[in-house]
Amino acid sequence: MGGFELTQVTVKHLWKEYADQVVLENVNLHVGDHEFVTIVGASGCGKTTFLKMLLGIEVPSRGEFLIDGEPLPSEPGPDRGIVFQRYSLFPHLTVLENLLLGLELRGAPLTGRLFGARRRRAMEKAMPLLESVGLHNSADKYPTQLSGGMQQRLSIAQSVICEPKILLLDEPFGALDPGITSDMHTLILKLWNTHKMTIFMVTHDLKESFALGTRLLVFDKARVDPQAPEAFGATITFNIPLKGQRHAA
Amino acid sequence: MRRLINQKPGRGGALMLSMLPFLLVLSAYLYYSHARLAENPGDKLLPAASTIAATVHRYAFEEDERSGEYLWWTDTGASLRRLGIALVISSLAGLGLGLAIGVLPYLRAAIAPFVAALSLIPPLAILPILFIVVGLGELAKVTLIVIGVAPVIVRDLAMRAAELPNEQIIKAQTLGASTWQLVLRVVLPQLWPRLIDALRLCLGSAWLFLIAAEAIASTEGLGYRIFLVRRYLAMDVILPYVAWITVLAFAMDWSLKLLRAKAFAWADSN
Repeated sequence: MGGFELTQVTVKHLWKEYADQVVLENVNLHVGDHEFVTIVGASGCGKTTFLKMLLGIEVPSRGEFLIDGEPLPSEPGPDRGIVFQRYSLFPHLTVLENLLLGLELRGAPLTGRLFGARRRRAMEKAMPLLESVGLHNSADKYPTQLSGGMQQRLSIAQSVICEPKILLLDEPFGALDPGITSDMHTLILKLWNTHKMTIFMVTHDLKESFALGTRLLVFDKARVDPQAPEAFGATITFNIPLKGQRHAA
Repeated sequence: MRRLINQKPGRGGALMLSMLPFLLVLSAYLYYSHARLAENPGDKLLPAASTIAATVHRYAFEEDERSGEYLWWTDTGASLRRLGIALVISSLAGLGLGLAIGVLPYLRAAIAPFVAALSLIPPLAILPILFIVVGLGELAKVTLIVIGVAPVIVRDLAMRAAELPNEQIIKAQTLGASTWQLVLRVVLPQLWPRLIDALRLCLGSAWLFLIAAEAIASTEGLGYRIFLVRRYLAMDVILPYVAWITVLAFAMDWSLKLLRAKAFAWADSN
C-alpha cells in the first residue's frame, strides 16, 4: 500500500500571483507523514488556490512545492486524491462502477475495464470499502439516486481505493445537512487511520477544523494596504499543532 | 375556481385533446373535398378519401406496369437507406470530432473555428458543386445530408463534452486516467445520450436535405416521387406520400427517444 510509505510535504517560499493581484505570498510549510491538515480562512484568502496547486491544476508563480523532496507534477495524478464539494462522481456509472473505476483505469491502460478474474479481484477489494462507507445496499444505484451525504461518502471511497499518498478535501461536507456531518467525520477519521494517508482539508467550519486536524493552518493577509487590497497576498498566519484523533476510530 | 395554470387534464382527457386537432384537420379536408368535387367532379386539388385509398393501394400493393416494382416500398427503401447512411456517417463524425474538439485544447484551437464556419455554409448552395464533383448518384445525396447535419452534431457534441463539470475531469485524472481512458470511460459514455438528442433535433433538416436532393436528381425515392407527380397535379399521390414521410419521421424520433430512455436511464434523472 502506497499509503504506508512516509509522505513529507514541503512548501518553500511559495508565491502565487495573477496579473494585478497577489493571492499567496511567501508560504512556508512542512507537513510530516500521516497528518490531518485542516485549512481555514476567509473567502478569497487563497486556501482553495493552495489546494489547487497541491492538486496540480494551478502552477506556483515562485517557490517550491515538494512531495518527498520531488517537485510536484504540474497535473493531477493518482498520488493525490481529491474530493470536491460536488460533481466529482460519474453520473453514468453505478455506485459500484464508480468505485471500481480507479482500479480499472490502473489495471487496463487500453480498455479501462477489467474482466473475469481480475474484475473479481477488484470487486473483492471494493466491496469491503463499499461496506465501510455504508453503501453496500446501493451498489447498483446511480449517483443521482443517492442523497448528498451518500454521494460524498462514495466520492471519498472512490479516492481512497486508489491509495493516494495525499487526500485533498475541498469543503467536502459544506453542502451537507448539519445532522450528518458528524457521521462523515467519524468515517473520514476511520479511513484516515486505516489507510494512513496525509489529508489536507479546506473547510469553513472552525469547529470541524479543530475536531479533525492534527494541524490547523489559518490563511490570512499579514499585511493590508487599504488603498490597494490586491497588493499583498495571504499567507499562513497560524500553524497550530493539534492533538488530532490518530487511531481514535 | 382554480387558476387555469393549475387545471390539468387526466390521462384520457389528454389523449382526447391531443387527437382533437388531427380530427379537425381531417374533417375540414373531407368537407372541402366533398364540396369541391360536388361542384366539379374533375377537381384534382382535394381528391376524395376513396381516390387516395385507391392510389395508395395501387402504389403499395400492385406492381408498377413499367418497372414491375412496388413503387411505395421502393421509394421508401431508397430514401431511408440514404437517410440512414448519412445519419450514421454524421454521428460518427460528430462523436469523433466532437470528442476531439471538446477534450483536446490543441485540436479545439485548430478545428473548432473551421467547423463553425463550415456549419454556416447553406448546404443547398453547394448542392451544384456536389453534383459537379461527385456526380448525380447516391453519393451526392448522402453527402448533402452529411454536410447539412454533421457540423451541427459536431458542434453540439463538442459543447456537451466541454460542459462536463471540470471536477469530473480532474477526479478522473486523480484516479489515474490517461487522456485515452478519460475519453473512453468518462466523456464518450456521457455523450451517447447527447448524440441521440442531437440526432432528434437534426432529423427535420436531414429530411429536408434528402427531399431536396431527391427532387433534383434521382430515379426513385419519396422526394423524387412527389416532385415527379407534381407535373400531373396528382394530389392523390402527394398527400399520402407527405403523410407517410411524416409518419416515418415521427417513428424515427420516437424510437430514438425510446432508445435514450431504455439504454441511458442514468441520464434521465439529471
